[in-house]
Amino acid sequence: MADQPRALPGSEAETRALLEEGRYVADDALVKTLYLSFALGRPLLLEGEAGCGKTQLAATLAETLGRRLLRLQCHEGLDSAAAVYEWNYAAQMLAIRLAERGGAERDALAEDIFGERFLVKRPLLTALEPDPLGPPVLLIDEIDRADAPFEAYLLEVLSEFQVSVPEVGTVTAAERPLVVITSNRTREVHDALKRRCLYHWVDYPDAAQEKAILRARLPGIEQRLSNNIAAFIERMQKADLSTVPALGEVIAWSSAVVQLDQIELDPETIRANLERLLAYQRGLAEASGRAPTAPTQPGQRP
Amino acid sequence: MTVWQQTVESEAGGTLAYNVMHFVRGLRGAGLPAGPGKTIEAVRAVEAVDPTRRSDLYWALHAVLVERRDQHDLFDQAFRLFWREIRMESAVQGPVMGTDRLPQPEAPPASRRASEAIAPRPPEEESQENVEIELDAVLTFSPQEVLQEMDFEDMSADELAEAKRAIAALRLPIKPVPTRRFRPDPLGRHIDMRATLRASLRSSGDMMPLKRRSRAERLPALVVLCDVSGSMSRYSRMFLHFVHAVTNDRDRVHSFLFGTRLTNITRHLRHRDVDVAVGRSSRAVRDWSGGTRIGPCLKDFNHFWSRRVLAQGALVLLITDGLDRDDLGVLQAEVERLHKSCRRLIWLNPLLRYEGFKPEAGGVRTILPHIDEFRPVHNIASLMDIAAVLSEPTSAEPSTAWS
Repeated sequence: MADQPRALPGSEAETRALLEEGRYVADDALVKTLYLSFALGRPLLLEGEAGCGKTQLAATLAETLGRRLLRLQCHEGLDSAAAVYEWNYAAQMLAIRLAERGGAERDALAEDIFGERFLVKRPLLTALEPDPLGPPVLLIDEIDRADAPFEAYLLEVLSEFQVSVPEVGTVTAAERPLVVITSNRTREVHDALKRRCLYHWVDYPDAAQEKAILRARLPGIEQRLSNNIAAFIERMQKADLSTVPALGEVIAWSSAVVQLDQIELDPETIRANLERLLAYQRGLAEASGRAPTAPTQPGQRP
Repeated sequence: MTVWQQTVESEAGGTLAYNVMHFVRGLRGAGLPAGPGKTIEAVRAVEAVDPTRRSDLYWALHAVLVERRDQHDLFDQAFRLFWREIRMESAVQGPVMGTDRLPQPEAPPASRRASEAIAPRPPEEESQENVEIELDAVLTFSPQEVLQEMDFEDMSADELAEAKRAIAALRLPIKPVPTRRFRPDPLGRHIDMRATLRASLRSSGDMMPLKRRSRAERLPALVVLCDVSGSMSRYSRMFLHFVHAVTNDRDRVHSFLFGTRLTNITRHLRHRDVDVAVGRSSRAVRDWSGGTRIGPCLKDFNHFWSRRVLAQGALVLLITDGLDRDDLGVLQAEVERLHKSCRRLIWLNPLLRYEGFKPEAGGVRTILPHIDEFRPVHNIASLMDIAAVLSEPTSAEPSTAWS
């Protein structure tokens, strides 16, 4: 979308407009929290079930604001070499070898070896550097997968927005990046980190909202599906029906699909019925220890 | 703003996308971890395939929504119910009002829970059997007893929970068997010369109090081999609860699950908490609800485990329906060997509950000659029967050195 840096939204309404432009459907609470995180320059901590659009929010922000998206995927054993910076050892070795051949001066070489040229910047460091597109969006994804020491380190980075590289010096962010941290809650994120962030629980959307999401992400889908079905019916009419195997079933099925494309089922009935059936399955699943994630989210919608 | 408004306007199209969405939401309500991201993917999948073919739609949604094998059953039932719901709804809207109990779509009739979930049965449609059972219940049995006669397959969620409690309380009154060792026993039959001599030393050999001893007794080891293949999936979880109850009741219980391969879950079941234990064991099993290869699994058992766990006259509980399509020669050899290396081989078969059950399947006929005891196992009462079988006097057994 926009290629030039764009100012952060200055009000809640603007924030909402920004998200809508990025075709991201958010509820009031999320819009408010997001706006506050802009206004206060605080990181945003999103928790919620998988597939609820936590990561997508960061992507949408980067896209609509025309900023870079720096993604740091957390995993067990994530260390500063992967998260902050690393020296390009191979290039350093080469440089040393070349310098030996060329007979360069020692001090200059030492200076050079630990210069910017050999520094491999990882997302955390990159996020702090000035960017022509404006401060980037830093997405720290699935923080619950990283281990506690990394969390502690992150704490330092996120409070001061500075990183020190011993050989080079301290890098401080002139402008704070927009930080979005996501967690799937496989473990509790440390309180100290939570205190520095604005917290939002990304809930499963209600039916109306989910519909809006569908419309926003897949515009025109209703029409396309209808067209598919219409095309099929047409084919059926032209086809030589005597050669169609299991004709009865085909007809029953296609009429069901056509019905399905004409009436929207009452979500409550379906939900209630399915849930009742599946409560049994869940019982089994729980018994086997593979309990599907029980709806434990706080403040669940009706 | 623009995109947003455009999309809102385009609502004129069909509702299929929203119905797919409702389906996903229903699954979510049932505990499947499917967020809105999945909804979008599901709708796109439906768009990509030909939704007018049932199997296409089924597998498109299946591919997107089912992430683990154990979610398959849930998805399958939900899918079937969902389409039935549509037909019901369209029937209500159509001219023939009132005939809302349409014939079910093909496939095995969804179990009682399924129909219960979709529409609570009107009482007059209760089958004759059910009424009888209820009468019985009123006259003679406590609800618990009715539960005992109920097939696990027919139980609703509450009843299953109740059954689990009953099973947890189950004890196997297995008689201890005499071992080769002796223990001091003032009333014992044998004279313990060594203890007698030692005792005499207390009085410097003046007095020799007669010490006696008798055979020590010990509960026989129990080995459970439980089939967790697809055909047994309705039962295997209940059996796990049973095995857990047994494991925690006594020492020397070894449990194995098999489908296409053998898994030792003894260690997992040692956990006191039944849910943790059963959870761990089912995680340990890779081939849950898969195919059956009884012969090769028994071969594995005989090869790797039988000498370790079948020592000292173990009882073997073989829980399987015996439906094996593999090479019966292997099965024959392995069952025979298993039978010869244990004290008693007891076969628990849920299929036996059908009155007309005849051992016609090749697997069943192969196993039968090598079985000491053949029992149905499909409800709590039958599990209690097993308890009785296990505690029968050992004289009825084929002679072994131990009896």
